[in-house]
Parts: sequence; structure tokens; C-alpha cells
Amino acid sequence: MNEVGGIDGAWIEGALLAARPRAVGALLRYFRDLDLAEEAFQDACLRALTAWPKNGPPRDPAAWLILVGRNAALDGVRRRARQAPLPEDDRLSDLEDAETPLAERLDDSHYRDDVLRLLFICCHPALPKTQQVALALRIVAGLTVAQIARAFLVTDTAMEQRITRAKAKIGKAEVPFASPDAHERAERLSAVSAMIYLVFNEGYSAGDGDYRQRLCGDAIRLGRLLLRLFPTEAEIMGLVALMLLQHSRLAARFDGAGEIVLLDDQDRGRWDGKLIAEGLALIEKALRHRQPGPYQLQAAIAALHARATRQEETDWVQIDLLYAVLERVQPSPVVTLNRAVAVSRARGPGPALAMVEPLAATLSGYFHFHGLRGALLWQLGQRDAARIAFDKAIALAQSTAEAAHIRRNLDRLLAGAEAPR
Amino acid sequence: MLYAILCYHEEDVVWSWSKEQDEAVMARLAEVQGPLIQAGKMGPSLRLLPTTAATTLRKTQEPPLVIDGPFAETKEQLLGFYVVDVADLKEALGIARELASANPGGAYELRPIALYNPDQRPGAA
Repeated sequence: MNEVGGIDGAWIEGALLAARPRAVGALLRYFRDLDLAEEAFQDACLRALTAWPKNGPPRDPAAWLILVGRNAALDGVRRRARQAPLPEDDRLSDLEDAETPLAERLDDSHYRDDVLRLLFICCHPALPKTQQVALALRIVAGLTVAQIARAFLVTDTAMEQRITRAKAKIGKAEVPFASPDAHERAERLSAVSAMIYLVFNEGYSAGDGDYRQRLCGDAIRLGRLLLRLFPTEAEIMGLVALMLLQHSRLAARFDGAGEIVLLDDQDRGRWDGKLIAEGLALIEKALRHRQPGPYQLQAAIAALHARATRQEETDWVQIDLLYAVLERVQPSPVVTLNRAVAVSRARGPGPALAMVEPLAATLSGYFHFHGLRGALLWQLGQRDAARIAFDKAIALAQSTAEAAHIRRNLDRLLAGAEAPR
Repeated sequence: MLYAILCYHEEDVVWSWSKEQDEAVMARLAEVQGPLIQAGKMGPSLRLLPTTAATTLRKTQEPPLVIDGPFAETKEQLLGFYVVDVADLKEALGIARELASANPGGAYELRPIALYNPDQRPGAA
């Protein structure tokens, strides 16, 4: 291991990754130019790679990177102005002295609005969702264009263009540099939370296992950072809890062949207990506030699944109640469909089917609608109608695992078996 | 003589470690701990969840005030800690309130434990 002064390459990489949102956010405030801020941060990272192993790690890596990045960028501006090179390395020697007062000035309350602003410009309403995610991954999480291209299954050139276009749109738009008032801050937090959850979902559904880990990990890290800066926001606790609880199932969600394993069939012994513990702790904290929002409710539902060590122990009555609240807070046919699953387990197939039938108008092109409807009809003894529903579901399946799951049901139905409950 | 060794590090960095990095660090630590366990010198050890999962009970006032997040003041010093086995945060807060009534002033930070290794000394329960 390449270890000097008690730090190794992996430590530096981790420190740079962790400091990135705060450092780029502060540099953006100084320069009011995204490209310049990114360049300055990049410059500071390069210097860290040589300075930190030599001098030991700084007390506050983010503050160090901000100071060095700012100086490097100012040098660059002056250099371009004079067209003459300046000596570089000897001016690094007095950094340790300069770092202390800066680090003291930059406590969490200073970072707070910087990080929020940086995240917020990635969710500009003029940007389509996919561009928001790509931009956040590039600027905030620091993925390379090639990495993002692979995660989105597009070519490097296409992704480069997408990010350039997104940056151009932001460049023309008004970037809010004034400190936000309470109302604006709440609006920004809500937009930023949605964007972080988009990044998470991009990772959650990624085909490539490495990107599932990386993108979900990035989203969780941003969520934790946001929560540290806004420690009393119940919906951010809910968002982080939701991501942790969903991510805890990663190892069980795919079989050896890379096919999706559905929740009922997952080996719960492979769920990550540490992530579950953190998720449960956060949702308990959030619920004390008695301000239920969509993230908290979804996290509370995920928590009930996580608490059941066997599928049969799932508290469906409580899940039904939570979905009922979610339906009021954030009404959508998909929420109602999910609630119907809980209703079928808690109260039987009849009431569940009554809840599902009115959704036909909006969800008739949706795999899960027909899959659930088929299962309910089968349980009610309407075998022909069940068969037709299963056929429709198979035709609409998005993955071979989804299709295979329904096909297994269909085979059992055709063999004359009783419906599983 | 019993000593507590308190672990400080940057949680941003540590909680950004990949599973492989984390396991590598744990494996290196286990190598150090092995002979200490053999020698009967290892009491309980534990790893805490991040400070974002913490709740603080300020007991300088009556009734004590529940605050989200870790204990952030620098005026007071860490004087001790309890490990309690509870169903949830509510129960843990209940215990902390009882303790607070017996010993007001200062604060309790309630931090969930990620990993708990019980007392490894011979004869320890």
C-alpha cells in the first residue's frame, strides 16, 4: 500500500469524493460560474494528491480544497491575463497556516446553502429529468461523462452533448446566489430531494451491478449530507430512510444469472442489516415529528417489510393503513394498486379486486395491474378471467423475471392448482 | 484497570467506503483484536451508525428537550455512556428521560449501534 503520513490512496479518494459537494458548492459561490468552479476543484484535487501524502491530511479537507481551488483558479485567471507562467509549488508551503481561519469560518451553516444551491441548479425546471440526473452525477457526484454514459446506456458523445446542453440551459437561466428565505429554502429542499431520489432510482433500476452500487451509494451519500445540513427536516429523514431500506435488499434482488428476484421470493438473510438499522432509526426519528410526507410514508412501508424476517410475518394491516395515508397525501393509481396488494393480504381478494377494477382506465397498459388482477381473480375462483389477465401481463412484462413470475402462476392455474394466498 | 478507547474519524469518508474497503479495514482490525481476545484483554466493542441517525436529549431544562441530530456543543465533555437493548427510539428516549430525572444538566445523545461485539474476557457474561 502506498501510505505516507498515515493516509493512503483510497483514503484520499474517499475524502475528495466526500468533500466534493461542499467544495464545488463554495467555489460556485465565489466564481458564479459552474465550469470555473469545477475546474478549480479539479485543480485542487490534483494538488491534494501530491500535498496530502507529503504533509499529512488537512484537518478539514473541504476547506483545504476550497482555499487551494480558489487560489489556483485566481492564478489561472491572472496567468491568462498576463500570458506569463507563475511559480506554483512554493506557494503551497504556507497553506496549513491559512487553512485554520478559513475552516473556522466555514461551519455547517455556511456549507448548507452552498450545497443546496449546487444541488438546486441541477434540478432546474427547464431540464428534463434525465438531464437533471446526468448533471447531478457529473457535477455533484463527480462521475466522468463516460461513466454516466455507461449507466444510461448511451454513447459518450451523446452524453457529452446532453450535459453540455444542460449546462448551457443553466448558464442562460438565473442562478440564485442570494441566500434563500425560509420559503425558498423549503422549495429548494423539495426539488433537491426529488432529484436525489431520481439518481437513486436510476441506480436501483440500472442493468449493470457496479452502477447500481455506485449510483445508489451516491444518492444515499447526498441524502446523508443534506440531512446533516438540515437535521430537523422529517421528509429528508424519510428520503434517506427510504433509500437505505431499498438499497439494503441489493444483494437479494438479483439471482446468480442477474435476473430480478421479487420481494416475496428474496432470501432475507442477504439483506444488509446495517443499512436496515440505519433506515429504521431514521424513520423512527422522522415519525416523531408527526408531519407525514410521501418519503416518510414510503419509508415506513419499506420498514415494515424490513422488520419481517420471514415474508409471512409482514404486517399487511399496517401497510394497508400507511398506503391509505399515502393515497391522500400523494394520490396516484400506482399507489392505489400497491395498496390493493396489501388489502388482498390483510382483508382478502374481494375488497382488493374492488379497489383494482376502477384503475383499468389508467393502468390497462401496466404489467403489474394485470398481474395483480389475475392473481386476485384466481383467488376468487374466476379461473378463465384470471388466465386472460395473466396473458395480458406477460405481454406487457418489462423483464424476463417479471414474465417468468406470471408464467409460473399461469402454469399452476392451468394445471388446476388452487391460488396461493 | 479498564480503559475505553474512543474512535474518531470523518464519517463522510468512512461511510463512503465501498463494501470491499470497509471489509478490508475490518479484517485488518480483526488481526489486531485476535491476540488481544486470546490474552483476555478485549471488553465489548461497538460501531455506531452515522450522526444523522442520532437524537439528542438536552437535560439542562425541565422537561428535557429532544433535538434531532448529534450532540454538537463543545462546552461539555464526554463523561460516560450506556448501552441499552430497546425496541425503538421511543423506548430509548423513555430510559434517557428517567436517567435525566436522576441526573439533570448536560445532555444524552442517543445513537443507534451498527455493530456490537460483546465482552470477550473469560468469565464475562
